[in-house]
This record gives sequence, C-alpha cells and structure tokens, in this order.
Amino acid sequence: MAEWLLDGTLGLLLLGLAGGALLAPSLYAGILLFMAFGLVLALVWARLGAPDLALAEAAIGAGLTGVLLFAALARQEQAEAAATERRPLLAAALVVLPLAILLLQGLVPSLALAPDLPDSIRSHLPDSGVSHPVTAVLLNFRAWDTLLELAVLLLALLGARQLGPARFAVAAPWPLLQAWSRLLAPLLVLTGGYLLWRGSHAPGGAFQGGALFAAALVLLRLAGLLPALRWSSWPLRLVLLIGLLLFLAVAAGTAWLGAGWLSYPPAWAGALILAIETAAILSIAFTLSLLVIGEEPPG
Amino acid sequence: MTEALLTALSWLLLAGGLLFFAAGSIGLLRFPDACSRLHALTKADALGLGLVVAGLICRADGPLTVARPLLIWLLLLASSATACLLLARLVREERDDG
Repeated sequence: MAEWLLDGTLGLLLLGLAGGALLAPSLYAGILLFMAFGLVLALVWARLGAPDLALAEAAIGAGLTGVLLFAALARQEQAEAAATERRPLLAAALVVLPLAILLLQGLVPSLALAPDLPDSIRSHLPDSGVSHPVTAVLLNFRAWDTLLELAVLLLALLGARQLGPARFAVAAPWPLLQAWSRLLAPLLVLTGGYLLWRGSHAPGGAFQGGALFAAALVLLRLAGLLPALRWSSWPLRLVLLIGLLLFLAVAAGTAWLGAGWLSYPPAWAGALILAIETAAILSIAFTLSLLVIGEEPPG
Repeated sequence: MTEALLTALSWLLLAGGLLFFAAGSIGLLRFPDACSRLHALTKADALGLGLVVAGLICRADGPLTVARPLLIWLLLLASSATACLLLARLVREERDDG
C-alpha cells in the first residue's frame, strides 16, 4: 500500500512537472520545472531498480542540462514574448502523431517476443571482464554505442563552438564561495573517481563520474580558483579527444590483431574497459565543462 | 522495552522533521520577499533534515548506517548555508542597483 502510494505520487508528480515544463509561461520557470522533473525522474529510475540511470539522470539530466539551459537563457536576447502561438503546436501535432502511430506499429510485434537478453547477458558476463551487467553491456557487448555516444558529445561541443565563442563573464568571486568550493571540489572528484572504479561491479561509470568531475571544474572556475580553459592549448584538445581516440585505437587493435571490431580477448577485457573508461571520464568532464562555462571571454 | 522506546522516539523525530519541511515550504510560498523566503527555506530545511536523519539513526543497525546520513546532513548544512548567503548577497546587490 505504502509502496503504491509512493510510486503513484512520483508518477503523478513526473507528469505534472513535464506538463508544467512544457507549458510554463516563462522560459525561466520552464527550466526550473525541467530540473525538478529531472530529479523526480532520477527517483523514479531508482524505484524501478535502475540506479545507473538514476545516477546519470540526476548528474547529467537534472544538474548539467539545467545549468546549460540557464547559461543559454542568460545569453539570449529578451525577445521571447511571442513564443507560445497556436500554429506551431498544430504543426507539431501533425508531425508527431503520424510518427507516433508508425512507431507504435513497429513496437507491437516486439511485445510478443520473449525477452532472452537478460539470460544471454548473464551467460556471457564471466567473459566480459567486469561483473556489473550494465557496464558489461555498455563497454563490451554494445561498446559501439558508447563509442558513438562519445563522438556525439564531441560533435556537440564542436557544433556549439561554431556558434561563436561562449561569452561567460565570471563575476568577482566571493570568499565564501571560494572557501566552500575548496572543500566541495575534492569531494566531487573523490566521488567521481569512486563511481568510475565502482562501475566494474556495481552501478556507476564514466558518464556519471564525468558529470561529477565537470561539476567540480565548473565550481572551481566560477569561484575564480581555476584559470580559464583555453581552446588554443593542445593539452586541452588532447584531453577532449583522448576518450574517443583510445576507444578507436582499441577498436582498430582488436580488429587487426584479435577477433574483430571491439571484441576484446577475455583475459584483457577488464583492463581494457578500465583504461577506456578512465580516458572517457576525462574527455566527458572537460567536454561538459567547456559546454557550460566556455572559454576565456574575449577582451 | 528499549526497542519500543526507540521506535517511538524515531517516529516522533520523523514527524517533527516533516513538520519543519512543511513549514519551510509554506514559508517559501507565502513570504513576501526573497530574503525572508530564503530564511524559511534554508533554516527550516536544515533543521527538518536533521530531525529526519536523527529519526532514521534511531533505526540504524550499524555504524555505517549512522555515519552515512550524518555525513549527508553535514554536507547539506554547509551547502545550503553557502547557497543561502550567495543568494542573499545577490538580492542585496540587485536592490542596491535598482
């Protein structure tokens, strides 16, 4: 009974927050509701027994995406009054409804299939090099997906850079913020590293840890304790690329010397996964923080 | 006997914590200006979470389940105090400008 009450409340809250975020009168309120939506969604994932997704949603979906949206709102001109007209809604419905019908038709046959994936994952888990099924799927069985995710993240940063350098004037730092970030940033780095290490046998991983690293970087930058990140410095570019580069190198190496693209030899799998995740966490952290705080403001 | 006493104490603390959370939320919604809203939010929530943590500790079954909520509470205390002061400073600056 109590469980149903909790789950029902969470579900209703989620729907209400989603509707509120879409229909909010001002963009500012919409972003706030979206962040609250992300936090409740993280709770829902945790209730569904998917702590990996809950961690990622809380760190990236609610935290960093909210900050990104706020940064975008701050850079926007004040010309947003006439944003809610009827015509775009109608056009959106005309596009989305046929798409939804098509997708549902495609989904119906899959309902009849018996899910044999969990058994198949469980039987291959000993060869994957890690003991946590989610990490095994993300970095071994479906490593291509994660490789492409890293590429997407890099493309997002490059695309954002094409729109012009981010102008992010950091306000004069307050001593209190500096003192607190001196305490908080090491804790964030510790927790991020713990999540990375834990990913091999329990919920955690590079994306969640990377988001925490990025939070520490952004916090230190906003407190004025970290020099501005310079796009022109080659170490920064190398760090941004290293996750993807190492992943591609492993892919090419396994294709050339081993059984095929990204099929690791079982004896090496654990070490390879840890190396890829360590490189990826650095790339993810710096990409996300560059997206949020940008580089040095010109002039 | 101590078992029942502990359970009763835990329920009392949990209810007290929820009361403070509710009071803080109502204050956030009803108070007129930003500073008093901050006052309601951060102070009542820090105390509310403290009571909830104390209530949960009464049911703890080991040192780890005592230490973890306590650490979370300390982290939240420091972070909410800092955030409160930063927001209050911003409010004051905007008031002085406008």
